[in-house]
Amino acid sequence: MAENKKMTLNNLPEEELFFGHKACPGCGGSLTLRLVMKVLGPNTFVVVPANCMSAVSFYYPAMNFGCNALASAFPCTAATMSGIEAAARAKKLEDYTVVGFAGDGGTADIGLQALSGAIDRNDRIIYICYDNEAYMNTGVQESGLTPFGAKTTTSPAGKVQHGKLTHKKNLFDIITAHGIPYAATASVGYPQDLINKVAKAKACQGTSFLHIMAPCPTGWSVPIDSTVSVAKEAVECGLWYLAEYENGEYKLNKDPKEFTPVGDYIRKQGRFKHLNEDEIREIERQRDATWVRIHEKW
Amino acid sequence: MNRPSTVRYQYPKALSEIPLPIAQAGVLIDINSGFRTSRPVFDHEKCVGCMSCYAVCPEGTIYRGESGLQVDYDFCKGCGICAKECRFKAISMVPEEGENE
Repeated sequence: MAENKKMTLNNLPEEELFFGHKACPGCGGSLTLRLVMKVLGPNTFVVVPANCMSAVSFYYPAMNFGCNALASAFPCTAATMSGIEAAARAKKLEDYTVVGFAGDGGTADIGLQALSGAIDRNDRIIYICYDNEAYMNTGVQESGLTPFGAKTTTSPAGKVQHGKLTHKKNLFDIITAHGIPYAATASVGYPQDLINKVAKAKACQGTSFLHIMAPCPTGWSVPIDSTVSVAKEAVECGLWYLAEYENGEYKLNKDPKEFTPVGDYIRKQGRFKHLNEDEIREIERQRDATWVRIHEKW
Repeated sequence: MNRPSTVRYQYPKALSEIPLPIAQAGVLIDINSGFRTSRPVFDHEKCVGCMSCYAVCPEGTIYRGESGLQVDYDFCKGCGICAKECRFKAISMVPEEGENE
């Protein structure tokens, strides 16, 4: 079967399973969903909690998923997936995948307890967090995964406060601390790497978790054609990393010898426009501390 | 490529015609045109078919046609990611003029 062959950009299945949605032009989240659904195929049960992707694809009577899909409540993505997986097992279904697409707020803030429970039970589900670094669906509010200094409507940039005051939560370490069978971080800037990781998660017999960087041109204030290039730059300047955690072992998929300057990445985005040199140095310091920890621990 | 087709939605005239609240998979009731300010146009002489535009299109509108890669203009929103990511500069963004067909 085709599953045994390695999927590349040239032999991706031609069937579009996420098509005709009403997302903004250049949406990183919809690109994530489209690529993931291509790898997982039509025998998939999709759970989407409250986020942009459920708002743009479940507008009655249209349905943009080419497979079974369900809109769940915000905090219970993983719990809903566990239920679907239990039902599929009870019905003795074979060759199926249960996948959930939650945003960064739906994973790191609101859905964390259900996700933690699902990893504890080790249900055979794939949890995908597409990270656009704020609650974009409701109009750009700060979430736990919003980076330091980013301007959102709840962390405004004014005379006293310069965007978000705290750093981005380390979600990957929270997940790997559970001893999950498979976890990885990916980025829409590297589609081949993303496809490989989804294929691995599909083959995994326990819970798997993917944290995918998916820039949002609307919320980040970048041009709509630079979704993919800005995702690449985030990896090149060291503010995002491509890593895997499998069988208790960490693996770094891309280990840049030298980082491009953080300032170049920051200055392109409207959400960081107000930052001064000191704050950019603070972001750089945090980045270096993260990479020292990565090199020591992994 | 293998994209779902659009089925025009007829507004129900009687109660019995209202569709079930459970939507069928892959049902599209209208096209997306109207979003776009410029459209991607392929230069088939420069295109080598590396499919990198296909992999980065958030809409999935690029498909293999009879004469190389084609764009489904009914659903393309004109974001221009394909043109920016093409290493061979085979895609150019042409401004839209007037109404979409």
